[in-house]
Amino acid sequence: MKRLTFLLSVFALLLAACGGAEPAAPATLTVMTHDSFSVSEEVVAAFEQANNAEVVFLQSGDAGSALNKAILSKDAPLADVFFGVDNTFLSRALEAGIFEPYKSPLEANIPRAFILDPEYRALPVDYGDVCLNYDVNWFKERGLALPQSFDDLLKPDYKDLLVVENPATSSPGLAFLLATIAKFGEDGYLDYWAALRDNGVKVADGWETAYYTDFSGSSGRGPRPLVVSYASSPPAEVIFADPRPAEAPTGSIVADGMCFSQIEFVGILKGTRNRALAEKWVDFMLDTAFQEDMPLQMFVFPVNGQAKVPTEFELYVPSSYTPATLDPALIAANREKWIEDWTATVVR
Amino acid sequence: MSQRVGESASQRVGESASQRVGESASQRVGESANQQVSESANRRVVDSLTHLSSLIPTLAFLGLFFFLPLTRILAFGLDASAVTLDNLRLASHVLFFTFYQAFLSVLLTLVLGLPAAWLFARYDFPGKSLLKALTAVPFMLPTVVVAAGFNALLGPRGWLNLGLMNLFSLQDPPVEFVGTLGAILAAHVFYNTTIVIRIVGSALSQLDPRLPEAARVLGADERRAFRHVTLPLLRPSILAAGLLVFLFDFTSFGVILLLGGPQFATLEVEIYLQALSLLDLPLAALLSAIQLACTLAFSALYTRLARVQAQTSPRPRPASYAKTLRQRLFVASFTLLLIAFFILPLLALPLRSVTQLEATRGDRTQFQAGLTLDFYRELFVNRRGSVFYVPPAEALRNSLLYAGTTVLLSLLLGFPAARALSRQTRLTRLLDPLLMLPLGASAVMLGLGFILAFNRMLAQPWLVPIAHTTIALPFVIRALQPALASIPERLRQAAANLGASPLRVWLTVDWPIIWRAALAAATFAFTVSMGEFGATALLTRPEYPTIPVAIYRFLSQPGGLNYGQAMAMATLLMAVTTLAILLIERVRLPGGEF
Repeated sequence: MKRLTFLLSVFALLLAACGGAEPAAPATLTVMTHDSFSVSEEVVAAFEQANNAEVVFLQSGDAGSALNKAILSKDAPLADVFFGVDNTFLSRALEAGIFEPYKSPLEANIPRAFILDPEYRALPVDYGDVCLNYDVNWFKERGLALPQSFDDLLKPDYKDLLVVENPATSSPGLAFLLATIAKFGEDGYLDYWAALRDNGVKVADGWETAYYTDFSGSSGRGPRPLVVSYASSPPAEVIFADPRPAEAPTGSIVADGMCFSQIEFVGILKGTRNRALAEKWVDFMLDTAFQEDMPLQMFVFPVNGQAKVPTEFELYVPSSYTPATLDPALIAANREKWIEDWTATVVR
Repeated sequence: MSQRVGESASQRVGESASQRVGESASQRVGESANQQVSESANRRVVDSLTHLSSLIPTLAFLGLFFFLPLTRILAFGLDASAVTLDNLRLASHVLFFTFYQAFLSVLLTLVLGLPAAWLFARYDFPGKSLLKALTAVPFMLPTVVVAAGFNALLGPRGWLNLGLMNLFSLQDPPVEFVGTLGAILAAHVFYNTTIVIRIVGSALSQLDPRLPEAARVLGADERRAFRHVTLPLLRPSILAAGLLVFLFDFTSFGVILLLGGPQFATLEVEIYLQALSLLDLPLAALLSAIQLACTLAFSALYTRLARVQAQTSPRPRPASYAKTLRQRLFVASFTLLLIAFFILPLLALPLRSVTQLEATRGDRTQFQAGLTLDFYRELFVNRRGSVFYVPPAEALRNSLLYAGTTVLLSLLLGFPAARALSRQTRLTRLLDPLLMLPLGASAVMLGLGFILAFNRMLAQPWLVPIAHTTIALPFVIRALQPALASIPERLRQAAANLGASPLRVWLTVDWPIIWRAALAAATFAFTVSMGEFGATALLTRPEYPTIPVAIYRFLSQPGGLNYGQAMAMATLLMAVTTLAILLIERVRLPGGEF
């Protein structure tokens, strides 16, 4: 019996020692977000200093998982602010009612096209395009032309060259699927994917596997020279190389309608205990300091028209092209069905 | 004569062999010992109550940090609406594949693991402790890292395919590995063989050598003595290892996604898809309940099959160098096999981490040369000035801190639980499968349950070792229990009768017999914690990332430096874990020399 008492007290002590209360002096703002979120230290420090606040980030998995965790905990929110729901999932967040409306004064600097919720429950922060990336040397060595349309990808020349992400588990994968639906319509996209499957498309579970294991243009030395990634991946290949190469080893294919824009939104979580501070954080994310920090942290473009984009970013990202678009209401109504039908056609 | 030994020592060891081969081998010993105690029935009741009460902290712990969150999420998600024909068809389809791959994986793991356990327990050879430590390394490697290792070796541009292509001037890679069932099975064997090596190995080195010797004296040849005496004695530990491996493969997730590809789905993968991608919580909860029921059924089956066999082992046979030609052949060939299977994929990562890749990009069908330490140097640079940057020393410190706490906590909770379970009563037979559940429950659902149950308490660093302990506990208990159960009660009684205090009894009787198992348990707890990613990512604050979390952060960004740093971090993780395992195995606590 003695040992039991001893064990219990050790356990209690352990709990007490570890769970010690934190000093309550500065207000704590919890920001729930996805794993790809990043920001400069000094930018956050500036916010913390100006508002006598401590910002805690809660990284909750990939974009889809983070959102679903926020929805699951909506009756007792884990955080004050949620960042990182994109236009393909926005309707799910709005339907679940996890956000409180907030019309930030800074929304005046944002182009109307980005504001998808007229009630301002979610405000746009950044955007980036999901496009095909290609291995520059691979195509140069073989003298093979780049595919310039979805139909090109069905040609025998491009057999077994493409790797895509599973739209059920990956947000760039879903964006690429939506681009094909925008092009071929709800009636035609499955036929297109069946043809793509017959031409040897490979499906990876997520971006990491597709890019680092299957794609030949990355450092992972995969076998396939075409991958679904972001228009901003080529500049990252330059910036994260030492010494920096003069030209990017990869490029983006931005032919009309082959890219799909992802817009990411921020919202104040319903039930926050820090409404005032949460509003300040939303303003802060839309202001130039944060917006100009984003490109090199998360490789996305600022929505604030007054924010400047770093030069290395502009250099390697093609500027004028037309991405595919799809009515958000249509996405909201069909997303799960499209994913299930796609799964049945391509992988099962 | 030999005929008779063969018969009697077979399945019926407990019945007739006991008289001939040696009393101690049988289960009877335990019973007859108990009969001796039954002088005072009252004392026995008090005794067994005390014993069960030592389960209370463990049960309370699991109740709070496992059953509570799990119940919350299942209660939230379970809904009769999910029970439709379509869903049941999906469930049975997925369930079949889950069983199929887990069954094959366990079989292959035992095929490799049992001879390996024999090798390590019976023979000494140069580099033995290093090789044994290295077989435990895969256990804690994050799946992405293992996938990278297998790809470097067996992928379409891996060493094997490149070698074959250069040798026979082929256009296309001849070996298809990634994306096949074979890849899934190989990864499972790679991950879990260490479980068999450690659990069966510790039983093997604890085996009373007089028993098989007695059979030999009675005329059985070596193979027969092994089949009819040694093997039955090893049965509890083989079953324990088999159950752990099965549960691991049954709930496999990362391996299926990364090495199998989207055409394969286990229950856990489907739960993940339904819960986190399609937001169909009722279906996820239904699948999760099916998974739990299967885990319970298998753990209960195990409890029935794995009967305790008490045996004295005054002088376990020490490992020795191989003597005969056959033994030498076995040691040499099996050592080579283990090196090929374990070291080659592991070697791929350190090689990648020092290989300059940028220069030769685009030239992917050639072997690459050019060494660099750039990636290690880069680990110390916060190039982006990111708030999520973590210096390698800090990630290492976090990992070690969490792992150390996990080892302490899980041993503290595991010891009394294993001791209580080592005495078989109807109640312990009921509780035993429950304690196994954390291994067979859906990690995805448990994570969601934590959100519901603990809410704002998430992002507290102390929750991390607690979550790791819930995962490590089944290992610790399974590693300790067969050893504890093998201690004949009459030894403890003899010591007590001679006037030893309970502590002294424990130190002189229990400890010498179980220290190997305790080391195995500590190694498991340590490696579980070092490699764990899912729960850590959910529970820890971004400021206190562990090494696996840092690896994932690097891999989620494009760019050569990021990839190289991920490989460098993985190499660091491997090196530290190997060192730590070697250290743990060096520990010889008082009594260990017995």
